[in-house]
Amino acid sequence: MNIEAEVLWLDEHREVSLRELIDLSGLREAELLELVHSGVIPANDRPGAGYHFSARVVTVARTACRLRDDFELDTRGLSVALRLLERVRALEEEIGRLRAELPR
Amino acid sequence: MKYTDYYAALGVGRGASADEIRKAYRRLAQKHHPDVSKEPGAEAKFKEVAEAYQTLKDPEKRAAYDALGSRPQGEEFRPPPDWARQHGGAGAGSAQFSFDDADFADLFSRFGARSGALPGEDFEVPVEISIEDAFLGTTLSLSLSLPDYDAAGRMRRVPHTVKARVAPGAVDGQRLRLPGKGGKGRNGGRDGDLYLDITLKPHRLYRTTGHDLYLDLPLAPWEAALGATVEVPTLSGPVSLKVPAGTSAAKKLRLAGRGLPKPRGGAGDLIAVAQIVVPGEMGERERELYQQLADVSEFNPRRHFAAEGT
Repeated sequence: MNIEAEVLWLDEHREVSLRELIDLSGLREAELLELVHSGVIPANDRPGAGYHFSARVVTVARTACRLRDDFELDTRGLSVALRLLERVRALEEEIGRLRAELPR
Repeated sequence: MKYTDYYAALGVGRGASADEIRKAYRRLAQKHHPDVSKEPGAEAKFKEVAEAYQTLKDPEKRAAYDALGSRPQGEEFRPPPDWARQHGGAGAGSAQFSFDDADFADLFSRFGARSGALPGEDFEVPVEISIEDAFLGTTLSLSLSLPDYDAAGRMRRVPHTVKARVAPGAVDGQRLRLPGKGGKGRNGGRDGDLYLDITLKPHRLYRTTGHDLYLDLPLAPWEAALGATVEVPTLSGPVSLKVPAGTSAAKKLRLAGRGLPKPRGGAGDLIAVAQIVVPGEMGERERELYQQLADVSEFNPRRHFAAEGT
């Protein structure tokens, strides 16, 4: 079967609502809000429109859901794990940039 | 289908207690989880471990699994004819379940299935594209085997080819979502999504960081000393680059906007990193000229070695 797919970029140019992020990630609303309040998942809180998120965080929220299910973590555990994973990601990005600058 | 030894996957005996099974799973999950481990094959290993745990942690599924008997890992087999009816799982205990086109894990996937709308499963697929494809955009053709259900609720795996147009501007680590192209939903549930995790293949000339490209620019000693205009390859064709006189090794020369395009306009830069290359073999005349230069020059590149206090 051949299917032409719609392609959505999960980048900073696209936004998702709280409801969409819940649907896409599999997290419960209370869990997601706790991660937002702890600062692990950045959100824009618009008066009258509620929370909106950069589509970049879809990946983070889905990772949170996987870690919750696979390691039976609560939101405090998730918060620590996500912060550490973000640090690893940032360090890997920095290593990648430094490697790119090094001559072969 | 091929038999899978779930006890072996978790490294426990067939008589292991629920607690032993849970501990074995946790130990292996921490080691192989794809969000934690970057070891090659970690994801496949974790899937084996998770599949085994999903079945063995549930007393009903474990009993059904045990009823299949113990067989060598990977042995071709079919469940006994009355197994589905007796154990209520695959196909909700009916004769509806087709063992054709099903994976071993599918036998246990419908135990305890909720009624009502069931969303389809999401899938994440790593995709490697070339830097040229990231620059120009590309159409991916992905061959997948996805679970599907007929009107009677029979599950089977169906090959799908999903075509996806990736516009110019993807970078390493770019994630794309293809809504509704994952597993089929049931009873009115939405279809799952397909997530693509893009990585860029190593290139013979360029290294990338975000939308910027790095290129080693070999220069002859006289080009570096006197300055030169050299031709530099870019993804849109060669361009002339003015190398200023007195360019040292590792100096970065930036070609603005010659990197990878950005999805909403603009582009990264191409950064040429100067390398001074000396000829491996020199003719007599060349050697004489270098010697003359050495005799007249007062340049000492190691002057700072002699600084006070070192």
